[in-house]
Amino acid sequence: MRELMSGNEAIARGAWECGATFGAGYPGTPSTEILESFAQYKGVYAEWSPNEKVGLEVAIGAAFAGARAMAVMKHVGVNVAADPLFTVSYTGTNGALVIITADDPSLHSSQNEQDNRNYAKFAKIPMLEPADSQEAKDFVKLAFELSEKFDTPVFLRTTTRVSHSKSVVRIEPQAPLEDRTDIRHLPLKYVMVPINARARRVEVEKRTQALREWAETFPGNRVEMGSAEVGIITAGMPYNYAKDAFPDYSYLKLGLVNPLPERLIRDFSAKVKKIYVVEELDPFIEEQVRAMGIEVTGKAVFPYTNEFDPGVIEKGVTGKSSAPAVTLQAIPPRPPNLCPGCPHRGLFYALNKTKAFVSGDIGCYTLSYMKPLAGMDSCICMGASIGIAHGMSKALGPKAKGKVVGVIGDSTFIHSGIPPLLNAAYNRSDAVFIIADNRTTAMTGMQDHPATGYTLQGEKAKELDFAALGKALGVDSVEVIDPLQFKNTTEVLKRELQKDGPSLIISRSPCVLLMSKKAARAKHFVTDPDKCIGCKVCLSCGCPAISWKDFEKSGMPPRPERKKQKGIAVIDAALCTGCTLCAQLCRQEAITREDG
Amino acid sequence: MNNRVKSLLLAGVGGQGILLASDIICKVMMEKGCDVKKSEVHGMAQRGGCVTSHVRYGSKVFSPLARKGDVDMIVSFEKLEALRYLDYLKPGGLVIVNDEEIYPPSVNLGEADYPEGIFETLRARFGEQNVKVVAGPELAAKAGNRRAVNTVMLGTISRFIPEIAEADWKKVLASSLPEKIVEANLKAFDLGRAA
Repeated sequence: MRELMSGNEAIARGAWECGATFGAGYPGTPSTEILESFAQYKGVYAEWSPNEKVGLEVAIGAAFAGARAMAVMKHVGVNVAADPLFTVSYTGTNGALVIITADDPSLHSSQNEQDNRNYAKFAKIPMLEPADSQEAKDFVKLAFELSEKFDTPVFLRTTTRVSHSKSVVRIEPQAPLEDRTDIRHLPLKYVMVPINARARRVEVEKRTQALREWAETFPGNRVEMGSAEVGIITAGMPYNYAKDAFPDYSYLKLGLVNPLPERLIRDFSAKVKKIYVVEELDPFIEEQVRAMGIEVTGKAVFPYTNEFDPGVIEKGVTGKSSAPAVTLQAIPPRPPNLCPGCPHRGLFYALNKTKAFVSGDIGCYTLSYMKPLAGMDSCICMGASIGIAHGMSKALGPKAKGKVVGVIGDSTFIHSGIPPLLNAAYNRSDAVFIIADNRTTAMTGMQDHPATGYTLQGEKAKELDFAALGKALGVDSVEVIDPLQFKNTTEVLKRELQKDGPSLIISRSPCVLLMSKKAARAKHFVTDPDKCIGCKVCLSCGCPAISWKDFEKSGMPPRPERKKQKGIAVIDAALCTGCTLCAQLCRQEAITREDG
Repeated sequence: MNNRVKSLLLAGVGGQGILLASDIICKVMMEKGCDVKKSEVHGMAQRGGCVTSHVRYGSKVFSPLARKGDVDMIVSFEKLEALRYLDYLKPGGLVIVNDEEIYPPSVNLGEADYPEGIFETLRARFGEQNVKVVAGPELAAKAGNRRAVNTVMLGTISRFIPEIAEADWKKVLASSLPEKIVEANLKAFDLGRAA
């Protein structure tokens, strides 16, 4: 049977078909749908772990027990999981362990563009890289087999285009399941004290040699001979771009990007006159092929940054583009924005007014750095907000008084905000820390976490209590606010900023998208054109439902009684969720709930 | 160059049902025995920002992304979004535009103007016959479901893909939607096809 599947859905399907029964990870674009989809299959265990390090450790435990397990994360998640990663490479796996890294060339939804193929080489772990959904399904199965065959964790690397494009996949039934789990005591293999780790270190090199040999005849490293003039060495999605642009060239399409098959590369290179290496991001293959003494063209003509498309390949090879030159007229950009009714809007509007330095974090709320909210000053990585705010306040000393805030989302706080908050309490920070608690992992599409009370597979769970946790960590001043109550939010912020020692504010209001699933919408708001004086205060909260209507441009008659007024604010009834924030900001009482 | 592969670029704003529409096109093509690939971006890119979906079909499709200057049909679910991707259109290609304005933040704030005369610009550039304007919201309302603008657009798209029979579109459409909205959507499809 043929089905249209995204790369992520195909990975979940492939894992299930080959008898994988265990998956753990943390949501992160573009990887999220892999575990979400896997969790739907019968007979599997799948969990959202608090972060990728925990997720990988959980999967290692399952693999030690003999299961076929996978840990799933986005590229930067591997940074978080790097500590266990490098050592599980030494211990091997007993069962099977597949680590899925979803990279994000072009930074569609990420803070950096790191190339995780480097992790494979660095941690000495084999890495498979599929080019479309069918290969994603085939390769994840192969990854589990390889893991068992060579007693090694195996990476499967996707990029955003592999994960999120859809293509045709052949569906197969699930292979017969065989329970191989058992407790096996193997301390020399699993207790990585120096004496044991030294011995395992040697095994890792032997394993890599064996994998190199295996790679020479692996059918996924495929030669497609065409014209002998040009040969292209490539892997993953860029293979498709190159084939689209130059179907007649010869190809060495690598399915395994670490370790590389040296003899195969030499044989292929000897058959063609000119060789290009086509790969996004780092010259990972190019540098290794060059080190074999083979002359290739790669980053000299193809960009280091951003994802490719067939046009990029064409331009790299021919030096020009076949696309007609078109000048686009300047049009207003359309950046992503906080949704109408988003509770973060109330919090960041109030934060902007404090003039404090707001150290932010990763989530929807990061969007509030943009004008007009302009409520955030830094964002580095998951969990960084709290440590940065603490460090800044210590370095500034008395100058920091009332001026340094760290803001972190609920899921992000659970991910990696707890040790930094403990640190801030332990080392007596003067900063204010805020958990922007919208009761879900919103940015990646509403995933549950330990404070929502549900698991990935929909089981009821114990709800983490942020206020109790804050107290237990040593923060004495803990307040819970509703960020859509503007006056109270402002007052609490002001009060906590003046206090000595760390404060924790839990800014709690559910994500508006979560609400729209559960409850009927509140009645929307309207502006009263007679009362609106055109002061634009409501517009300054940046709600997509409110827009400016200029008298002159819209052909509305100006106000003889208020000559300076240039227009009025209007509210789009279809977008307004009735959150009340703009009505609270309006000093003219010109914004009211629609009757009826 | 693989000239047998056809490319569509669907563009608009998050929440307009673009991804569902492109899914349906893919399924229709798959049923016809074509190879098909589509590509879009999720996550950060969705929160009210631009959304695009590339759909490519033919006997064998490699890239899920079309290159600039190689798209047969740009379908813009929002007026000004049509202007953003014109460099993707093939000479002689078709632009289908939904007659609906959704203001970007800078226009909402009164800092930028919503471009005027978009249809005229498009017609002057690509020729009257290559620009098709669809009154999406009006037709969706007429069909009895204001949210069915994407289905209206599918109806219009279907008219310009003559190799696929109307019944094949409707079969996939009906099987892709919850039963209670099928009827209104089939009507929206008809209205879009006749537009």
